[in-house]
Amino acid sequence: EQSSVNLQTPVTSVATEIYDMHTLMMIICLVIFVAVFGVMFWSVFHHRKSKGAVAAHFHENTMVEIAWTVIPVLILLGMAWPATKTVISMKDTSNPDITIKATGYQWKWGYNYIKGEGEGIQFVSNMSTPQDQIQGRAAKGEHYLLEVDNPVVVPVGKKVRILLTANDVIHAWWVPALGVKQDAIPGFIRDTWFRADKEGVYRGNCAELCGKDHGFMPIEVHVLSADKYSAWVADQQGKLAATKEDPNKEWALQELVAKGEQVFAANCAACHQADGKGMPPAFPPLDGSPIVQGDKAEQIKVVMQGRDGTAMAAFGKQLSATDLAAVITYTRNAWSNQTGEAIQPAEITAALN
Amino acid sequence: MSAVTPDQVHDDHHHHGPTGLMRWITTTNHKDIGTMYLIFSFIMFLSGGVMALTIRAELFQPGMQIVQPEFFNQLTTMHGLVMVFGAIMPAFVGFANWMLPLMIGASDMAFARMNNWSFWLLPVAAILLIGSFFVPGGATAAGWTLYAPLSVQMGMGMDLTIFAVHIMGISSIMGAINIVVTVLNMRAPGMTMMKMPLFCWTWLITAYLLIAVMPVLAGAVTMILTDRHFGTSFFNAAGGGDPVLYQHVFWFFGHPEVYIMILPAFGIVSEIIPTFARKPLFGYASMVYATASIAILSFVVWAHHMFTTGMPAATQLFFMYATMLIAVPTGVKVFNWVATMWRGSMTFETPMLWATGFIFVFTMGGFTGLICAIAPIDIQVQDTYYVVAHFHYVLVAGSLFALFAGAYYWLPKWTGVMYSEFIGKLHFWCSIIFFNITFFPMHFLGLAGMPRRIPDYALQFADFNALASIGAFGFGLSQLIFIVAVVKCVRGDGKKAAASPWEDAQGLEWTVPSPAPHHTFEIPPVVK
Amino acid sequence: MSPTFEKYFVPEPSKFPIFGSFALLCIGAGSVMWLNHTGPGPLVFFVGLATLIYMLFGWFGQVIRESESGQYGKNVDASFRWSMGWFIFSEVMFFFAFFGVLFYVRVIAVPSLGSEESVSVLWQGFEAVWPTAGPRAEEAFSPMGAWGIPALNTLILLTSGATLTWAHWGMMKDNRTQLKLGLLLTVLLGALFMGFQIYEYMHAYGEMNLKMTSGIYGSTFYMMTGFHGLHVTIGAIMLLVMLFRVMAGHFTKDNHFAFEAAAWYWHFVDVVWLVLFVVVYWL
Ligand code: HEA
Ligand code: HEA
Ligand code: CUA
Ligand SMILES: [Cu+2]
Repeated sequence: EQSSVNLQTPVTSVATEIYDMHTLMMIICLVIFVAVFGVMFWSVFHHRKSKGAVAAHFHENTMVEIAWTVIPVLILLGMAWPATKTVISMKDTSNPDITIKATGYQWKWGYNYIKGEGEGIQFVSNMSTPQDQIQGRAAKGEHYLLEVDNPVVVPVGKKVRILLTANDVIHAWWVPALGVKQDAIPGFIRDTWFRADKEGVYRGNCAELCGKDHGFMPIEVHVLSADKYSAWVADQQGKLAATKEDPNKEWALQELVAKGEQVFAANCAACHQADGKGMPPAFPPLDGSPIVQGDKAEQIKVVMQGRDGTAMAAFGKQLSATDLAAVITYTRNAWSNQTGEAIQPAEITAALN
Repeated sequence: MSAVTPDQVHDDHHHHGPTGLMRWITTTNHKDIGTMYLIFSFIMFLSGGVMALTIRAELFQPGMQIVQPEFFNQLTTMHGLVMVFGAIMPAFVGFANWMLPLMIGASDMAFARMNNWSFWLLPVAAILLIGSFFVPGGATAAGWTLYAPLSVQMGMGMDLTIFAVHIMGISSIMGAINIVVTVLNMRAPGMTMMKMPLFCWTWLITAYLLIAVMPVLAGAVTMILTDRHFGTSFFNAAGGGDPVLYQHVFWFFGHPEVYIMILPAFGIVSEIIPTFARKPLFGYASMVYATASIAILSFVVWAHHMFTTGMPAATQLFFMYATMLIAVPTGVKVFNWVATMWRGSMTFETPMLWATGFIFVFTMGGFTGLICAIAPIDIQVQDTYYVVAHFHYVLVAGSLFALFAGAYYWLPKWTGVMYSEFIGKLHFWCSIIFFNITFFPMHFLGLAGMPRRIPDYALQFADFNALASIGAFGFGLSQLIFIVAVVKCVRGDGKKAAASPWEDAQGLEWTVPSPAPHHTFEIPPVVK
Repeated sequence: MSPTFEKYFVPEPSKFPIFGSFALLCIGAGSVMWLNHTGPGPLVFFVGLATLIYMLFGWFGQVIRESESGQYGKNVDASFRWSMGWFIFSEVMFFFAFFGVLFYVRVIAVPSLGSEESVSVLWQGFEAVWPTAGPRAEEAFSPMGAWGIPALNTLILLTSGATLTWAHWGMMKDNRTQLKLGLLLTVLLGALFMGFQIYEYMHAYGEMNLKMTSGIYGSTFYMMTGFHGLHVTIGAIMLLVMLFRVMAGHFTKDNHFAFEAAAWYWHFVDVVWLVLFVVVYWL
C-alpha cells in the first residue's frame, strides 16, 4: 500500500497539501527541464562541427536576458503562493483538543499527555525490534525497525498538539503520513500539530542525528476512533493506578534484581551492553567498575544526574524511584559485581530531595 | 634587527633551487603548488570515497553486517568532512594556483611563499582529521555539520576535528587572500576586469566568500571547544545558551560554503563551453553579475537548512523566498551556456562531454534544491535521502564533474601530453551512468521516508539501497580510469600537445608552450 | 620590454612555511592531548609554539630584509595593502560571529527560555532578564558595569589611536623623534589597557563571582573581551616591532607600509572595542 517512490499517502490536511505541492513543483521543474534540455540536446545533435555546422557569432541580447530573468521570477512567485499558505497553517498550533509532550532521549521517546482526554498518561516508547533481527540471526519482521513497545495513541479527527523537547541532544519527531517533522531541542520547547483524518497505524523515525542509535528510535502513532480512544485512556489510567507502588515498600534483593534486569535491558544495555562490558572508551563497562562496586551513594548520583559531556543521561527524572532502585541493585549484583547490596526505593527518594 | 643585507638579488631565474623532496616542500612556484593541491585533493577524494563505499556496503541490505552503528556515524561524518574540505575545496584551489597566473598574465601568485604555506597546512589538517579515527573513542560522529550538543558529547576525536578545521580555515583564508590580491593587482597590462576569463571572476568572488565565512566557522567550532572543555554555555540551555544557535552560526558559513564549491565549477564550465562550441560566451557580463548575485544572496538563505528547528512563520517565509530567488541567477547561467552552444560548431572531446554532462546533471540537483527550498516540502524531506540525493547531484555531478572537465581541458597544458580520448570518454560515460544509478534512487528513498545518517533501514527501502550500493561501487571503480588517463600523460605516453591543443581556445594560457614552463610571464604580455 | 616595467618580486624557495606547518601540527595535537589529559600534551604544544615563534622571526625577518634592500616595488606594495585590508576584513567576520551570538542570545534564546510555556514545562521559576547565567545557574554573580574600568579603557584606546596617528604624522614629516615618541606612547597605552583588562578579570573572578562558567553571560563576556584582548596584544606586539624597526632606521616617508599595516590593525582593534563597549558592557 505504501509507495516506494513517492511521499507516503497523506492522512492530514497539511500532509495532503504538501503532497500536492510536491507533485505540482515536480511537474513545473520537469517542464522547465524538458524545455531547457530539449533546446540543449537539439543543439548538441544539430550544431555539430561533424555535421558541417558553422559557428554563429552572436552574443549579448538584452531582451532575451531580461526574459530569462523575469520569467523564472514569475514562476517562482507562482510556487511561493501555495507554499506560503501551507507554512502559515502548519504553524497554527492554537486550540488543540489534546496536547502531548514528547521528549527525545538517547535513544527512545518519552510521552506525556498533558492536556485533553487522557491527561496524566505517560510512558516511554522504545523500539521493539529484537537485536536478533538486526544482527541477522532471525528473520526480519514486517515492521522491522519501525515498531515500538508503547505507541502513541490519539483519536481520529481531533487536533493534537505535540510539545517537543529533548533530554540530551537534538532529536526530531517525524511521522511522514501526518506531515509532521519537528526538531526536539534540549532545554527548549517546540510545538507542532496534526489532525489525522483516518484511523490507522502511522510510523516514523527520529530524523536528527542523535548518536549511536539514531537509526533505532522509531515513532509509532495509532489513530483510533473516539470510542476506542476513550477505552484506551481508561485502560491506561487503570494500569497506572494498579502499578503505583508503595514507595516505602521494602523489596527483597531477588525481587529488585529481577526487576532491575528488565529496566537495564530497556534503558542501559544499548550502551553498557547486556554483558556489562560496555563499549569503551565511549561507553564504559559496568562489570568490575569501581563505581558500581564502590560506595552506593556515588553510583546513585551518577545514575540520577548523568555525566556532563558524555552520553550518560540523567535518569533521575526519566525512571521511577522503584525502577532506579531496581536497576542500580541489579548492576551491583550482576556479572562479577557481587556486592550483595539491595538499594531500596526509599533511598532513591531520599537522594532526590 | 640586523643590518640590511640584500639576500639574493637575481635578475634571472637560472639558479638551481632545491631538488628532490625539498623542491616540493620549499617551492614558491604556483605550478608546483597547484600540482600538490591537485594530488592532495585526489588522495583525499579516494579516502573519502573508501569511506563512502564502506557506508554503501553496510547499506547494501537491511540489518547490520559490516560496521557498528557508532563507527557508521564516524564514517558518514568523516566522509562529508574529507570530501568537502579535503577533496573539493583544495582541488579548486589547485586549479586556481595553476591557471590564474597563466590566465591573467602574471608571473606567479602575489604571495608565493604564503602560497606554499597555504598548501602545506592541508596535510597537517588531514593528519589531525584522519588520525582521529585512531584515538580512543574514534573520530567524531556528529555529522559533518558538527551539531551541538551531540558534538559536545563526543570524545577527543572531536577536538582533533576542531583543530583540523581551524588549520584548514587558516589555509583557506590565506589562499583566498592570495587569489584576491593576484586577481586585483597582478593582471597584465590591458587585462581589464571585464576582459578576464570567467574562471578568474568566479574565483575572485569565491575568494571573497571564503574570506567572509571561514572565520565564522572558526568561531563556531571554537565555541564548541570551549563548551566542551572550559565550561561555557553557548549551546547549553541550562546556562542560557541555545543548541539552535550553533546551527545559525554553522549555516551562516555552510550555505556560502556550498557555493564556494560550485562557483569555480561554473567558471571552469564557462571556459570550456565556448572553446568547443567555437563561439563566444553568450552573455559575459550577465555571467559576472549572476555569479555576484549568487554570492550575495548566499548570505541570506542559511536557515533553509533549519526549517524543522521551529522558527517563527515569518522567518521561515523569509528564508524560503530568499532561497528560491537563487534559482534566478543560476538559471541565467544555465541559459547562457545553452545559448552559447546554440548554433555553435560543436565537437565533443572529453572536456566538453564532462561540461555538457555537468549542465545536465547539475541542473537536476538545482531543481531538487529548489524543491527543498519550499519550506512545507522540506519539512517532509529534511534529513532524508532526498537531501542526500540533492547535494550529491550538485557536489558530485556538479563540482566533481566540473573538476574532471577542467582536468582534461588543461592536462595537455600541465603535462605537455594529450590524454587518450578513448580513456577520457570511457571515464565520462562510466561515471555519468554509475552516478545516476547511485544517486537517482535516493530521491525515491527520501520521498518514501528513509532518514539519512542511519546504518540500517526498514525493509521497504531494500531494493533501491541495493541498487545505489551497486552504483556506488561502479562509480568508484570508474574513477580508477582517471588515474590511468593522468598517469599516461605524466609519463609522456601520448601525443605531444601543442601550445594550444584546442582549435578555438581563447586565453593567455594557450599562448605559452605545453607543458607550461616553470616560469611564465616574467615579462607580462600586453593584452589588447 | 618597456623600460618602465617593474618586475614583480617572486621569492626564492623557502623553508619557513614547512616550519609553520610543523608548528601548527604540534600546537593542534598538543592542545588536544593536553585538553584530554593524555600523552605529553604540554610538551608537544610548547615545541609547536617555539617552532612557530622561530618561524615568525625568520619569515618576517626575511621579508624585512627584502623590503629594506629595495626588492619590492610599487606592485608588491599594492599587494601588501590589498592583503592587509582583506585580512582585517576576515578578522572582522570572526568578531561578527560572536556579536551575532550575543545578539541571538539576548533577543531570541533567553526570551524564549523564559517564555510562559518554557517556564511552566521546563524551567520553573526562571526569569529571562539580561544578564543571566541561565535557568540552572548554580551561583549568583554581578554583571560587569560599563562606567568604571571599561569606560576608562575606552578612553585609553581612543587616545592610543590619536597618538598613533600623531606618530604617523611624524613619519610623514620625517620627524623621527615624534614618530618614536608616538609609537612608544601607543604601545604603553596598549599595555595599560591590557593591565586594566587583566585587573578587571581578576576582580570579576575574585569579588564578583563572574566566571567563564557563569552561564551564557560569562561565556559571551569572557570570550568576546578575551578575543579582543588577544588582538590588542597582537597589535601591541606589531607596534612594538615597528618601534624597534624605526630605531633601527627602517622606513622612509614614502615607504613604510609595515607601519601602516600595524596602524590599520590597531584602529581595527579600536573599533571592535567601541562596539564591544556598547553591546557587551553598556546595553
Ligand atoms: C555545490 C553545492 C550545492 C549547491 C550548488 C546547492 C544549490 C542549492 N541548494 Fe543545496 N545543499 C547542498 C549543496 C548545494 N546546494 C548541501 C551539501 C546540502 C546538505 C547539507 C547537509 O545537511 O549536510 C544542501 C541542502 C539544501 C537544503 C536543505 C535541505 C534540508 O536539509 O532539508 C536546501 C533547502 O532549501 C537547499 C537548496 C538549494 C537551492 C535552492 C540551491 C540553488 O542554488 C539551485 C539553483 C539551481 C536551479 C534551480 C537549476 C537551474 C535553474 C534554471 C534552469 C532556471 C529556471 C528554474 C526555475 C524558475 C525553477 N540545499
Ligand atoms: C563533497 C563532495 C562529496 C562527494 C564527492 C561524495 C561522494 C560520494 N558520496 Fe557523499 N556525502 C557528502 C559529500 C560528498 N560525497 C556529504 C557532505 C555528506 C553528508 C555527510 C553527513 O551526513 O554528515 C555525504 C553523505 C553521503 C551518504 C549518506 C550517508 C548517511 O547519511 O549516512 C552517502 C550514502 O550513500 C554517500 C555516498 C557517496 C558516494 C557513493 C560517493 C562517491 O561519489 C564516491 C566515489 C569515489 C570513490 C569510490 C573512491 C575512488 C575509488 C577507489 C578508492 C578505488 C576502490 C574502489 C572500488 C574497489 C570500487 N555520501
Ligand atoms: Cu533521536 Cu535521532
Ligand atoms: Cu544551503
